[in-house]
Amino acid sequence: MKTFGGPVLFLDRDDINTDEIIPARYLTEITKADLKPYILEDLKLPGFDPKGEKTGQARVIVTRANFGCGSSREHAPWVLEVNGITAVIAESFARIFRQNMFNCGMVAVELPKPAIDSLFSFSDYPDTAITLDIPGQTLTIKGGGKGESFPFEIAPFDKALVTAGGWVDYADSKY
Amino acid sequence: MGKTTAEKIFAGHLVDEPFPGAKVLRLDVVMCHEITTPIAIADLVSRGKDRVFDPTRIKAVIDHVTPSKDSKTATQAKILRDWARRHGIKDFFDVGRNGVCHALFPEKGFIRPGYTVIMGDSHTCTHGAFGAFAAGVGTTDLEVGILKGVCAFREPKTIRINLTGTLPRGVYAKDVILYIIGRLGVNGATDRVMEFRGPVVDAMTMESRMTLTNMAIEAGGTSGICMPDQVTVDYLWPFVKDDFASKEEALAEYSKWRSDDDAVYDKVYDFDVSGLEPLVTYGYKPDQVKTVTEMAGTPIDQVYLGSCTNGRLEDLRVAASMLKGRKIAPTVRGILSPATPKIFQDALREGLIDIFMEAGFCVTNPTCGACLGMSTGVLAEGESCAATTNRNFQGRMGKGGMVHLLSPATSIAAAIEGKIADPRKYLPE
Ligand code: SF4
Repeated sequence: MKTFGGPVLFLDRDDINTDEIIPARYLTEITKADLKPYILEDLKLPGFDPKGEKTGQARVIVTRANFGCGSSREHAPWVLEVNGITAVIAESFARIFRQNMFNCGMVAVELPKPAIDSLFSFSDYPDTAITLDIPGQTLTIKGGGKGESFPFEIAPFDKALVTAGGWVDYADSKY
Repeated sequence: MGKTTAEKIFAGHLVDEPFPGAKVLRLDVVMCHEITTPIAIADLVSRGKDRVFDPTRIKAVIDHVTPSKDSKTATQAKILRDWARRHGIKDFFDVGRNGVCHALFPEKGFIRPGYTVIMGDSHTCTHGAFGAFAAGVGTTDLEVGILKGVCAFREPKTIRINLTGTLPRGVYAKDVILYIIGRLGVNGATDRVMEFRGPVVDAMTMESRMTLTNMAIEAGGTSGICMPDQVTVDYLWPFVKDDFASKEEALAEYSKWRSDDDAVYDKVYDFDVSGLEPLVTYGYKPDQVKTVTEMAGTPIDQVYLGSCTNGRLEDLRVAASMLKGRKIAPTVRGILSPATPKIFQDALREGLIDIFMEAGFCVTNPTCGACLGMSTGVLAEGESCAATTNRNFQGRMGKGGMVHLLSPATSIAAAIEGKIADPRKYLPE
């Protein structure tokens, strides 16, 4: 099974929408790889640069509530995927985005607000990284010489999709 | 214990529950457009699974960018077109016959009460106006839908929204749904079905009901749903008259899908619409809503009348009634995109198109176009648009552009004055 974790990109805002993750003007691309340069292009946040080093290195995004709201475009998880991001940790997700993540074999983890606040307390350390233990349903964050762990829940079906590597083969063999 | 419409539909379509909480449903209709489907097709081909579960249950349209604007969009259209031909998908709508999916497919009579419907498009919730469970999905779910005619969902709970009172003059379904989203927030209905009920909805046309359900997703809702009733039957009658001996029989059959009186809801909201004013969004989220009075004077560069939210004939009629004999402000670019060819033709026959053109509007073919900033009316940096569409995200209609969501009537007042203005002074008595 693939591993989930690495350096973290912190996006400190609620309701980051799919148009901010990948603007509609790039939906004419026919391959996932072509989406790569446009990650989070329209996201305006103090101190955030979509083309910055942090974005390039990130393997995990930590953010607030209702991440991925708006469009159904699977281009949103794809643009994260082709930029090396395998997991998003948030207080909550929009339904379609969350399902798209699991359908692509990526992970969307929901944690309560106090836990998300604790994760954000690591945002100033340059070495902050997160590892996700999917079978054990535990998230560990390390940075600035400190560390903390949090349990999380994934629905059994979503876990099966991540383990199987996606929904298409699963469904075709079963239905 | 009674059931909601969504619960009845889930029970009636359940194929499997592979894990607790994950329900695999049989699909009645799978709808496709040229933005999200080509990648699904390419993936099916690469997996050696280039099949469709039932060509009669798949409906496809080229609507987002049409006629194609460049080589990339021409390729997307071609992939969908070739695929539809290869699989004998008869309900495929190309240039000359195409319109915005969520306006075109209902108009063709493809949706029935009790149906399950998916599409790779978030505003698929629109079709719930017929008493269906209709949900937007991503490309992978669409792909499985095309291949196997199934889709997995967590069963959503239902929020009931009772709308009472009478709509004041100048206030329409669009204002009502903006008000509801303002109250619930953009996250207020996530993993929930929004059931629109009450005398206000009962009195609405199917078109107005679709304006309500269209924007359920803007509150995070999985689907919007209205109860099937006489209005639904009358709308569908041309398509179902051979299936039933009488309209009464159709009504009795469709009414089975109505929520039971003792159904259990996650939440119930009661909103009296009598005191509502025309509303306008001010920010980059659809729940950031103010009254037109508060927003009056906000300068506007472009007015866009169209989309799956408000590009239907009744919208054009209201707009034209206000525009008649008037000109739009010289500083404003007015763009009208009737949502389907039939709407365009009806508007033409009724003389509405003439009114728009006399007033200085540009009339485009039916397309999503400027709604998602892909063609026919993209904004420049720093410009703002008064739009009858459903989404005002940063950059939605063009990078650096601002979108104010409002009703067709309010859009026309903005067109006349070149700034946000009260529609009530331009409405005929
Ligand atoms: S009109 Fe706009 S919201 Fe509706 S389907 Fe087209 S792009 Fe989407």
